[in-house]
Amino acid sequence: METIKNLELTPGLLDYIAQWKDKPGNLIMILHKAQEEYGFIPRNVAFKLAEVLDVPLAKIYGVITFYHYFKLEKRGKNIIAVCMGTACYLKGGEDIIKELETILGVGLNDMTPDGKFSVEAVRCLGCCGLAPVMSINGTVYGKLLKSQLPEILSKY
Amino acid sequence: MPYKHYILICSGTACESSRSREIHDHFMKEIKDHQLENDVQVVKTGCFGFCEQGPIVKVLPDNAFYVRLKPEDVREIIEENIIKGRMVKRLLYNPKDDKGRHPMTDVANIDFYQKQFRIVLRNCGVIDPEKIDEYIARDGYKALEKVLFEMTPDQVIEEVTKSGLRGRGGAGFPTGMKWSFTKKAPSDIKYIVCNADEGDPGAYMDRSTLEGDPHSILEAMTIAGYAVNANKGFIYIRAEYPLAIERLNIAIAQARDYGLLGENLLGSSFSFDIEIRLGAGAFVCGEETALLASLEGERGMPRPRPPFPAVKGLWGKPTVINNVETWANIPVIILRGAAWFAKIGTEKSKGTKVFALTGKINNSGLIEVPMGTTLREIIFDIGGGIKDGKQFKAAQTGGPSGGVIPAQFLDTPIDYDNLIAIGSMMGSGGMIVMDEDDCIVDITKFYLQFSVDESCGKCAPCRIGGYQLLHLLEKITNGNGSMDHLDKLSRISQAMQKASLCGLGQTASNPVLSTMKYFTEEYTEHIQNHKCRAHKCSHLLKFDILIEKCIKCGLCAKACPVGAISGDREKGYLIDHTKCIKCGLCFERCKFKAITRG
Repeated sequence: METIKNLELTPGLLDYIAQWKDKPGNLIMILHKAQEEYGFIPRNVAFKLAEVLDVPLAKIYGVITFYHYFKLEKRGKNIIAVCMGTACYLKGGEDIIKELETILGVGLNDMTPDGKFSVEAVRCLGCCGLAPVMSINGTVYGKLLKSQLPEILSKY
Repeated sequence: MPYKHYILICSGTACESSRSREIHDHFMKEIKDHQLENDVQVVKTGCFGFCEQGPIVKVLPDNAFYVRLKPEDVREIIEENIIKGRMVKRLLYNPKDDKGRHPMTDVANIDFYQKQFRIVLRNCGVIDPEKIDEYIARDGYKALEKVLFEMTPDQVIEEVTKSGLRGRGGAGFPTGMKWSFTKKAPSDIKYIVCNADEGDPGAYMDRSTLEGDPHSILEAMTIAGYAVNANKGFIYIRAEYPLAIERLNIAIAQARDYGLLGENLLGSSFSFDIEIRLGAGAFVCGEETALLASLEGERGMPRPRPPFPAVKGLWGKPTVINNVETWANIPVIILRGAAWFAKIGTEKSKGTKVFALTGKINNSGLIEVPMGTTLREIIFDIGGGIKDGKQFKAAQTGGPSGGVIPAQFLDTPIDYDNLIAIGSMMGSGGMIVMDEDDCIVDITKFYLQFSVDESCGKCAPCRIGGYQLLHLLEKITNGNGSMDHLDKLSRISQAMQKASLCGLGQTASNPVLSTMKYFTEEYTEHIQNHKCRAHKCSHLLKFDILIEKCIKCGLCAKACPVGAISGDREKGYLIDHTKCIKCGLCFERCKFKAITRG
């Protein structure tokens, strides 16, 4: 546990914790901030949070694993989120995922070996009018065709 | 009008993703270059609704409706429309229909908008959501002023009750009644919650409302706070909606600045404040008790009801929870009166409903229609019919909790009760249109997969029942189904409806029951004939080469990734069904339609 004792949380996260510590129901908000700072929630950070917030570690893991949004694994520098909402599903969202897997050579929820990309399937980006849709780091690409993917990826 | 022209640029998520920000910057630059700063005002508005045609720009007072714009078109609009007063015809909305109409020069003539009636979306596409003054100019916060100084809390609740407004989140519970329960519950602390955890895949009504008109939600929650004597509100919103969160934060800060949130609102004795809390991607959190658990920082698992949140909710205190769309109706009801509102809609469903119209439809987008509008009007008049001239098969409302509406009910007026009577439900407002290319069993499997993934696991009927349903559907789509599976599907479905703890489990089997009822023959076709008429279920497909059409070019054999096509350019080619993985590449590659898919 030595690593946790010496672990310094990022200043951004510490500030946020100071701001939220006394508010009831703060755990999810703090985990959001932690994920924003680290890109995912590293194991030692979860341990440290349990200590700082005085919350059982089991509860922290209970919450992290319940919600899709929280990730326990390191993710790529660029996160490709392919929408699998109903409209996108009907219009071939699955084909987009398959094509990305072929181009990048990794499966869903995996990171490319160079750490450049992760591919994730997400619920609904709320741009159903543009189906099928994916987003890379929050930038949305709509009315996608498989043939556009190499060009889009080359921008990153 | 202080300005000669107003340029309204849609800044909803869909349009922003198709470069509406760049278009905005181009307009600003061109206006500067042409020294038009005093004549033209550019407004970034919320969603226009007609997402299919985005990005959209509207020029007032000309009422020019420019669609699918590119940043490079901006200069032409400035030079022609703004300076010379001539609309740029090639950029106007052009329905290209058989009525021989020309590019639309007047928004009022666009079919997409003709049958719509906007209450909830009244300000979307009209005002800049990041400017409180524009909301105020459209009678914003006037309803709050009215309740604070002219109405007692009981009168507010009575007005909402009389309006007949029912919860827009799905279940349709009368809003006024909910408020009165919380009002009557004895407690010194009460809460107001806005459910903005829009998890239904294929629905984005709440997101657009929040992005386009965030102040209307703040105002409504404050009104409810006054009515039930609560001083604190929470907006629980999906973390996946960054733009909506940003605009809500701006709106809350502005409202605090103006004394419309905080202590002693508008100098009255009433105080109210609102905080934003983020969801983290769990569909079940749309269920009110699960949402409350999540707000408390816990796993979002539902709790048995009763006690209902109205009496015992957030941290055990009486809590009013309403959905975004429900809230957006409140200021209008207060200002225009319950009687006015109750005139719109059907006998038991008052007002309007916002739908996210998507799927295989020509004009996909966000629409708001009076309750009682028929599906035919929505799909064919507003939606412009099915894409590529295909056949309408069904529309799904209520998402994974709803059911399909087949063609025979196209003329049923849509309201809460009619939809339940035909085995679907209103839900939050996703409306997905399917055509002949969509396999009904496959879609049902998609919804079940969703519900299984999202089941929180607390109660057995949902956790186990959902998995078993999915398993049976997989067997059927893989070609391993048998007729007694249908009976099993229906028995498990009914057990889930009766025995599950929360709305998710109780409704997760609705897609199964409703599709089995209206598309029985498709299920039996899958089971008995191993045939998927939409060619979606790949396991049931069989590819063959038609000798009479084949020119023996060999493209198919080259395309096959597993070497299942053998032969040569002289003898012709043959598909080995034992090796074929049914990927369909050969079918796509063949230019002579010499490969059949059955």
